[in-house]
Amino acid sequence: MTDSVLPTKGPAGGVTANAPVGVTDDNEGMSYLESLPRRVVTLYIPLGLILIVLLFPFYWMALTSIKPDEQLIDMNTYNPFWVIHPTLKHINKLLFETQYPRWLWNTMYVAVGATTLSIIASVLAAYAIVRLRFKGADTVGVLIFFAYLVPPSILFIPLASVIQAYGLFDSPLSLILVYPTLLIPFSTWLLMGYFKTIPFELEECALIDGASRWQILTRIVVPLAVPGLISSFIFSFTLCWNEFIYALTFLQSTPNKTVPVAIVNEFVDGDIYKWGSLMAGALVGSLPLVILYAFFVEHYVSAMTGAVKE
Amino acid sequence: MTTLQTTTSAPAGRIENPSLWSRLKFNRNFMAFWFMLPAGAFLILFLAYPLGLGVWMSFTDERIGRAGMFVGLENYEWLWDDAIFWLSVFNTILYTVVASTIKFAIGLYLALLLNRNMPFKALIRSIVLIPFIVPTVLSAIAFWWIYDSQFSIISWSLTKLGLISHNIDFLGDPNWARASVIFANIWRGVPFVAITLLAGLQTVSPSLYEAATLDGATNWQRFRYITYPLLTPIIAVVMTFSVLFTFTDFQLIWALTRGGPVNATHLMATLSYQRGILSGRLGEGAAISTAMIPFLVAAIGISWFGMQRRKWQQGSSND
Repeated sequence: MTDSVLPTKGPAGGVTANAPVGVTDDNEGMSYLESLPRRVVTLYIPLGLILIVLLFPFYWMALTSIKPDEQLIDMNTYNPFWVIHPTLKHINKLLFETQYPRWLWNTMYVAVGATTLSIIASVLAAYAIVRLRFKGADTVGVLIFFAYLVPPSILFIPLASVIQAYGLFDSPLSLILVYPTLLIPFSTWLLMGYFKTIPFELEECALIDGASRWQILTRIVVPLAVPGLISSFIFSFTLCWNEFIYALTFLQSTPNKTVPVAIVNEFVDGDIYKWGSLMAGALVGSLPLVILYAFFVEHYVSAMTGAVKE
Repeated sequence: MTTLQTTTSAPAGRIENPSLWSRLKFNRNFMAFWFMLPAGAFLILFLAYPLGLGVWMSFTDERIGRAGMFVGLENYEWLWDDAIFWLSVFNTILYTVVASTIKFAIGLYLALLLNRNMPFKALIRSIVLIPFIVPTVLSAIAFWWIYDSQFSIISWSLTKLGLISHNIDFLGDPNWARASVIFANIWRGVPFVAITLLAGLQTVSPSLYEAATLDGATNWQRFRYITYPLLTPIIAVVMTFSVLFTFTDFQLIWALTRGGPVNATHLMATLSYQRGILSGRLGEGAAISTAMIPFLVAAIGISWFGMQRRKWQQGSSND
């Protein structure tokens, strides 16, 4: 829509698009006008408080997962904010006495499968909409944006009967086929933004040299849009990992479940000592995403803000 | 992938009619059809078709394992007289309005803080987004433990500080449960709002602030007359998405309370899951889902056009 708000995006500025958010505005600006005590009160204290609230649940998750049981339920003898004699018992139990590795594998399999399918479909669709300029391309672009606004919570009931009709019930394959409906609108929209910034001249040169559209796409456009592809891959992967309602509806048997569904349904056994393994499960389930995010922060942020800005 | 192979293998089948094929090969619409096919197939089969099917199912009495008969508006008449349904509508609206407003306020404040110059800026910005990265259900499980009726760390801390005499039953008391799920939703939503608004703030030229400062503008005036007007287009989009995701939320509620206590936290999405899937009354569940659509359109309309109108007032183009 508005290209003016996307000054740093695209292959020409491919590097700038990836630059950390903070690099471009490192100048002091007018901050020299403020005294230090004033900065402490108006900036550091509020920011610190917000950060503590945002991070506390993770600290609590990690702490609980290494706390011995007796310290978990005895909050008077032991200070609950710290741990004495940390134990790996909960994590051990999680990995070797439950089907957790299997669930982790399912989640990974579904996320990679659905993301790959979506990216392939999105690259083709975005290229067609932006560069082939076929009849009705704008309408299709708007329809895809609307598809982005259709939430899973109003689709899961009819989808359950569609999945049942195709005989895919209780199969991770059903999720691989259904998740692209969440991912394609977003990735197409994001990639359209990237493709728009690739100069037409490059494609014209290639056409004159006798390249087919397919060659232009695979040899010129896709290599130039790699930052965009990484962004949409990371974001889509996170969305798949996070998805819950479809997985809850379509998957029935314990070994087929994904981590979020399994953790809600399989661990809740009324045992007072469940908390340690429950928190370990939540921690281990979050870590892959956090690690991935740590490596691709800039791509993730550019995906998120890019999709919103378009 | 099969469609891609068809595209490349197509010439072999058409070789006897080269003129038609060569004309087709350079026809944009024909080519675009094949390019759009994979995305189109997914979206039509698993999005557009189920959307229509859902509306149809809401007019039938379909149950799990049994095909439905057309029953007209019966499901809706049933829901109209159902107090629990209206409670879930009330809860959904309350949840959306309160959570979205607070998310916007805190998110904007956090974005303004993060936009200032400070050490480790990039690191702090990346840390802020972590609650949004971690799967909602997994962080909801952490909140479940934090809200535990016996071993809640919040109750413990407040008791130690002498503020309360006995543990708060965060998820057992209707109003506390509502407040608790709203807080967890805000906790997860604030980073998204803050980071996207921050991206908008960074496009505002610092020279505007310098000029305003020279003219003697106060902090509030600089925010009100520079930051806010320039940010409205992005605020409109961010809040539209925020309202949309909050309104249709399912997983946070399901992981924390499953709609309890006494339906006090049932949202329309959780109620339709409970009626449609758990009780097997697919028709009724579909009717609740379908009933979300008008609310959803209204919510998106308000947040989108409410903000867009301001953009027109500033005289900028409307694209």
